[in-house]
Amino acid sequence: MAAGEATWDRPSVFPRREIKWLTYLAVVAFFLWSAWGLGAAPGRILDGIGNAVTLAGDFVPPEATPRQRTRIVEKMLESVAIAMVSTLTGILVSVPIAFMAAENISPRPLYALNRGLISISRAFNAIIVAIIAVKAVGFGPLAGIVTITFKTVGFFSKLLAEDIEDIDMGSVEAVRAAGSSPVQTLLYGVVPQIVPRFAGLSIYRWDINIRTSTIIGIVGAGGIGSVLLTAFNRYDYGYVSAILLAIIAVVLVAEGVSAVVRRRYQ
Amino acid sequence: MSTETPTWERFDRRRRLGRFFALLATAVTVLVSWRFLSIEFVALDTVPREVADLLTRMYPPDVAYTPEIVGPLIETVHIAALGTIGAVALAIPVALLAAENTTPNALTYWLGKVLVTVSRSVNTIIWALIFVVMFGAGALPGAIAIAFRSVGFLGKLLGEEIEEIDFGQVEAVRAAGASPVQMLLYGILPQVKPALVGLTVYRWEINIRDSTVLGFVGAGGIGVELFRAIDAFAWRSVSMILIAILGIVVLSELISKQTRGMVR
Repeated sequence: MAAGEATWDRPSVFPRREIKWLTYLAVVAFFLWSAWGLGAAPGRILDGIGNAVTLAGDFVPPEATPRQRTRIVEKMLESVAIAMVSTLTGILVSVPIAFMAAENISPRPLYALNRGLISISRAFNAIIVAIIAVKAVGFGPLAGIVTITFKTVGFFSKLLAEDIEDIDMGSVEAVRAAGSSPVQTLLYGVVPQIVPRFAGLSIYRWDINIRTSTIIGIVGAGGIGSVLLTAFNRYDYGYVSAILLAIIAVVLVAEGVSAVVRRRYQ
Repeated sequence: MSTETPTWERFDRRRRLGRFFALLATAVTVLVSWRFLSIEFVALDTVPREVADLLTRMYPPDVAYTPEIVGPLIETVHIAALGTIGAVALAIPVALLAAENTTPNALTYWLGKVLVTVSRSVNTIIWALIFVVMFGAGALPGAIAIAFRSVGFLGKLLGEEIEEIDFGQVEAVRAAGASPVQMLLYGILPQVKPALVGLTVYRWEINIRDSTVLGFVGAGGIGVELFRAIDAFAWRSVSMILIAILGIVVLSELISKQTRGMVR
C-alpha cells in the first residue's frame, strides 16, 4: 500500500465499517434469539416434516360430497357478496376521510385526526377487527361488512389522500380564481384530477376485499371461512383442500378481473 | 346545419356506453349482493350504537395487565422475524424459477409462477391452520405459516427485480469461468441486493401485523392473549392488548420505512 494510492471502496449505506459489522451482528443475534425463543430445535422441525408428509396424504385428493359442494358454493357467494357491499360502503366512508387527510387541502388538526384514523385501521389485522365486530353486531355477514368497510377505509383513504396531495394545485387555483365556492373548488378543481386513480384503487381494493372475505368467517363474520374452520375441526382434510381450491380459484378470478380493469384504465 | 360548431368530448360514444354499462353492472351487483345477504336497513342504526357501547366498555385500558402481555408480544416479534428469514430462504430459489431470464426452461418457469400464486392466494391464517395440524399448536407453526405466506410476495417481487437486471454482468462472470453458484453470488445477487433488503424489511413489517392474529388458530403470539381476553369479555384487557399491538405495528412501520430509505 503505497502512500496516496487511490483505492476504491464499494459504496455502502454505513458510515463506518465497524458500524456495518455491528449491525450485521445485531441482526444475526436477533434471529438467534428468535429461534431460541420459539424453540425451533432441528429435531422438532424434522418431526414436524415427518408428520407433514403423512398428513399431506390426507389432504389429497380434494373431495366433497354433493351436499358439501352446495355448501361451498353458497358460502362462497356470501363471501363475494360481503366483498361487493363492503367495497362500496368502504369507499363511501373513505372519500371524505381521504379529503380531510390530504395535507394540501385540509386544515392541520383535521389532517392529523384523519391520519390517526387511517393508521388505526391499517394497524389491526382483519381478523382482529372481525372478532370485535362479531361481538358488537353479532355473528353473520353484517360483522363481515363492518370489518371490511373498516379495513377498506385505512387503505383507500391513505392512497387516495396521497393522490390528492400529488395533484396540480394550479388547476385548483384557477377554479378558485374564477370565483367558485369551496365545494365547487373540490368538485371542479380536485375531483377531475383524481377520478382515474379512484377507479383503479376501487377495483384493487375490491380484489383485496374478496381475499379478506374468504377468511373472516373463521371468527364468525360470514362467508366461506366458517366452513373451512368446521372442516378443520372435524379432521375432514379432503373437504378442507376442496374448500382451499375453491378459495384459490375465486381469488385468482378476482385478481384477473382487477388486473384487466386496472390496465384498461391506466 | 352546415355551421356545426366543433365540440370537445372526453370520450367517444362507444366508451361512454361502456362506462355507463360498467357502472350499471356494478350497481346491480352490489344491490343483488345486499339482497342476498338479507341484511335489513335497520342495521345502519344498530352498528354505530353497538360499536359505541363496546368502546365505552373498553375504556379505560387495563394498565395493570401490561406485564402479562410482554411475553406474548415478544413471541409475536420472534414469529415475524423467523417467518421472514424462512421466507427469504425459500423465496430466492422460487424467484429464480419465476424470473424469465434465470429460469432453466418453460416448465420451471411455470412451476415458479404456480408456487408464487398458491402462496399468495392462501391467507396466513389458513396456512397457520394447516401447520398447526402438522406441527401441533405453538409458535413454530406460526412462523412456518408466515414463511409460506411470504414466499409468494417475495418470490413475485424479487423475480420481477431479477428480470430487470443487466444480464451482461452475469455473462461476464460466466465468461470468467464461474460455476452456477458463483454466477448467482457475483453476477445476480449484487444487482438485486438493495431490492432484496428493501423487500425483506417491507415484508417483515407486514408479517408483524399478520403474526398478531395467528393465536386465533393456536399458532402463538399475542393473538392467544387477545382471543382469551375477548372470550372472557375482559374488554379493558382487550383494549390494552390492542394498544400494545398498535404500538408494535407503528414501531415496525418506522423501522421499515427508515431501513428502506437507507437502501434505496
